Parts: sequence; C-alpha cells; structure tokens
Amino acid sequence: MPTQTTAEIAQAYREAKARRARRSAVLKHIFLIATSLIMIYPLVWMLASSLKPDNQIFGNLGLWPSQFQWQNYWEGWNALPVSFTTFFWNSTVVTVLSVIGNVISCSFAAYAFARLEFTGKTMWFALMMMTLMIPYHVVLIPQYILFLNLGWVDTYLPLIVPRFLAGDAFFIFLMVQFFRQLPRELDEAAMIDGCSPFKIYWAIIMPLSVPAMATAAIFSFIWTWEDFLGPLVYLNDMADYTVPLALRSFISSDGVSQYGPMFAMSILSIVPILLFFLIFQRLIIRGIAMSGLK
Amino acid sequence: MQKFLRKNLAGYAFLSPWLIGFFLLAIGPILASLYLSFTKYNVVRPPQWIGLDNYMYMVQFDQRFWKALQVTFTFVFVSVPLKLIFALGVAMALDKGIRAIGWYRALFYLPSILGGSIAVAILWRQLFNYDGVINSVLRLFGLDGPYWLSDPRYSLWTLIVLAMWQFGSPMLIFLAGLRAIPQELYEAAEIDAAGPVRKFFAITVPLLAPVIFFNLVLQMIEAFKSFSGAFIISGGSGAPLDSLLFFTVYLYNEAFSFLRMGYASALAWVLLVIIALFTAIAFWTSKYWVHYENERG
Repeated sequence: MPTQTTAEIAQAYREAKARRARRSAVLKHIFLIATSLIMIYPLVWMLASSLKPDNQIFGNLGLWPSQFQWQNYWEGWNALPVSFTTFFWNSTVVTVLSVIGNVISCSFAAYAFARLEFTGKTMWFALMMMTLMIPYHVVLIPQYILFLNLGWVDTYLPLIVPRFLAGDAFFIFLMVQFFRQLPRELDEAAMIDGCSPFKIYWAIIMPLSVPAMATAAIFSFIWTWEDFLGPLVYLNDMADYTVPLALRSFISSDGVSQYGPMFAMSILSIVPILLFFLIFQRLIIRGIAMSGLK
Repeated sequence: MQKFLRKNLAGYAFLSPWLIGFFLLAIGPILASLYLSFTKYNVVRPPQWIGLDNYMYMVQFDQRFWKALQVTFTFVFVSVPLKLIFALGVAMALDKGIRAIGWYRALFYLPSILGGSIAVAILWRQLFNYDGVINSVLRLFGLDGPYWLSDPRYSLWTLIVLAMWQFGSPMLIFLAGLRAIPQELYEAAEIDAAGPVRKFFAITVPLLAPVIFFNLVLQMIEAFKSFSGAFIISGGSGAPLDSLLFFTVYLYNEAFSFLRMGYASALAWVLLVIIALFTAIAFWTSKYWVHYENERG
C-alpha cells in the first residue's frame, strides 16, 4: 500500500485495536452479567419464596409473589417448640464470645511469633502451621470425650473455650503476616523508653493492626455464626440450639407443608452475614485476596 | 542471664493460650485419636484394645467405607477442577478496565461467604427437588428433569454444582495473581502476533502457576472436609443409597449416631492420611510445573 504513510498505518492499527477492545469488553460484560444473574438468582428466589404462599413456591420460576405472605416470618419464628428469639440469642452469645476469644488469643500468639524472640520459636511456629492442615474431624472425637468428662456437653463451653486458646491457626497466620510488615523501629524505640512487651503490644501493635484484627473478627463472626458441626455435636437440648441447628430441626420435623416459613427463617439466619458482608465488603475481599481465607 | 530469662518469659507468656490449646485441643487429641483407633470404645465402657481390627475390618468388610471413599473422591476430583476452571475464567473476564468490577466481585463472592450456612443447604434441597427450580428451567426447554435428590445417579451432582456455585474465593485469589502479571509481557506477545490462546498458555498459566497451585491445595483440602451440605441434603445419613455418604458424614454417623468411637477414630486417621498424602503429592509434583519468580536464575 504505497499511498499510506507510517503514521496512517499506526493510526489504523490503533483504531483496530480499540475496536477489538470495545468488542471484547462488551462480550465480557454480557458473560459477567449472565453469570452474576445465575449466581444471585437462587438467593433472590429464596427471598421471594419466603414471602409466597406455599402452593406458589414449587414449579414456579417467577419471583414476584401474587400476595405477600408476611405471616410466614411470624409463623416460622414460632414454628418450633422454642421460638427463634432464643435461637438468635444463643447464636449471638456464642458468636460474640468466640470472636472476642479468637481476636485476643490469636493476636497474642501472633505477636509472640512476629515480634518477640524466644527459644524454640521456629519449632513452635512450624507446629502451628502444621495444625492448619489437620482436619477438625480428627480431633473431634477426643475433644468430645474430653468435654464430656469435664461435664461441658450441653453447654456452650466446648464452642467458646477453644476460641480463647487460639484454636484457629488461620487467624494467627494472618496476623503474623500483618505484624511483620510494621516497622521494627517502633518496638525498639518503645523498648528503649522502657515499655514492657505487653505495653508495646497494646499501645503500638494493636492500634496499627486494625485492618488485620477486623478481618479476623469478621471471618470469625461469619464462620461461628454458620457453624453447624460443633453445635450438632455438643448441643442436645432444643432450648440451647443455635440458629443453624434450629433450621435443621425445621426440615427434619414436619417441614412438609411449611416451606414459606422455612425460607423465611433461612433468610433471617443469613441476615447478620449479609449485613457484615455489605458493611465490610471491601475489607473482606482484600482479606481473602491477601491470605487465601475461605 | 536475667535479661535472657525475661525475653523468653514475654514470648512464652504471649504464646501461652496457644500452647495450652495446642496441647489440649490439637496434639493431645491427635494422639488420643490414634490410640482410640486401635480400640473398641463406646464412651460408656473404657476403651478396649483390639489392635489393627478396626483397620482390617474397614478394608476387608466395610462396604460403606469404600462407598464413602468413592463418593468423596468423586466429589473432590470433579468439583475442585471445575470450580478452579470456572474461577479462573471469571477472574480473567474481570481484568483491568472492566467497569463496575467492585459489583461483580462482590456478587461472585457472596455465595462463598454463605457457603457453609444451613440456609444455603436447605435452599439447594428445594432447588433440586423434582418440582424445583432446576427442573422448571429444564421444562422450559422441553426436558423432563430427573429426581435429582432421590436418584443416586444424580444426587452427587447437586453437591458438585453447589461447590461450583461457591467459586468466589479462588476467583479473588486468581484476580490478585492476574494483577501481578506485568502487562508488558502481553504487549510484547501481541507484537509477535500471539493469539489469545497462545498468550494464555505461554504467559498467564506459567506466571499464575504458584497461585493455581495454592488454590488447588486449599480447595482440595476443603473439599475432602466438606460436611454440612452433604449432611443436610442427604438427611444426615448419606441417602439415597449412600450416594451422598461423604467421608465426614460417615465418620459423624459412626461416632455420634452409633457411638462407635474407636472405629470412627480409625476413619478420622484414614482421612488425615489421605489429606496429608494428597497435599504431599501436590507439593512433590509442583516442582515440575510451578516456578516461582525468585527461583529463576
């Protein structure tokens, strides 16, 4: 093409490239929108079903209820011999105490691993990392026997006390990674000023580690709130049930004709998680991208 | 000397909650579980040493043990690759310059956050009911869907789909990994007229290998351990016809429904060994396909 100058060729190349980029962006958006609709549809369907009369739930793809059955929520709340007020209270107690326990004890351990020198540190750290891999099911039975002998079965102690003993190595690891990034000079200066290690932990490390603490607290909250196996093993009395156990009784008792109320309670059970997710979304997403938490 | 003592004192003081937990709730129970796996124990009477009987019985006579292994392996080896492929595909579509990326990320990640909840397991049971949403969709295309949950040929697939639905967390990790790949490499490849497929296999995959490996190991361990979904969807027993008898479900039933704590401990050890073995295999083979940036000479 003798009539084209180099500049024209470059221009044409740039235009072709921009056109291709635009086309691929459109295709990507179509793919992404379709995927996100599929992803979110089941949850929206559950929300819609919680407001429908039972006979409209099945064989029905539509989301808008012909009439809003708000009483599903009321009926679901009181459908079991014990009301959901109790279950939500129980879950709140267990979850709040677990979060406090996890954050305190894991940050203690992480501070020791990341900022203090002591004999045997490398060995303990390696052992801590190994516990990350052990499936909970291996320790479940002996832990159950231990708690049974302590008379702790049918109480919340087996669900809470381990949290105060830094049971979740994931959080220790997360915090170690964070603490290590903080400048060493801070500790050294404080040490010269005569600060004790506890003072350094409390007055310097903690305030600077709010993002790491918050990430651990949020995940700890979500996992404890959702936890099913722990309560299933340790709680037998319905008055002690947490929300997930109560939901399970819903389907195993006479859930046959109570789909609306069941979905209503399912929706309520995930409301705290959804709220946390909405509020702390950015933090959660950064936390997972950095650490590979669930 | 006194200073040395003081230094150690602080370290161990801060470590003490973890140390207590480690001995009482991790190492102690692991050893106890190993011991119990050689006994017959029903909680009421003291454990009775029976040597290797639990393991012998398991391997020689226990059909359900083999079934549980088969179900669990099928689940792990089908759901993990599918989930990772899907996660990578979506992560690549979400690359730089996509508008509203925050929204997409949040939407895709939401199911993972809700993944362990009983509400989602209950929801899944209804979606795959014969009159449920999945079959209604199929009916739109003139297809008559099966009884997903009561037909043992299909029931495991409902859980595989559930696992895939939760592709959000590996996706976020892929996304972070993709961000770290220098854009110049792609530009250089474009000048050499490399197509998208070529760019994917020559640049993306090798540079992402450490992240792929990380996701693979993590998701595999998670999949071996998964419990709640299978427990709820199978009504706690692994039904229909043990097609949802995940290893963890079997273990739970042996321990807490039938109080065969010794046998269940042996099962737990088998699970531990399987997970350790597969993690080790992943690490061994990784040196052939995972190359870390700082290793290259």
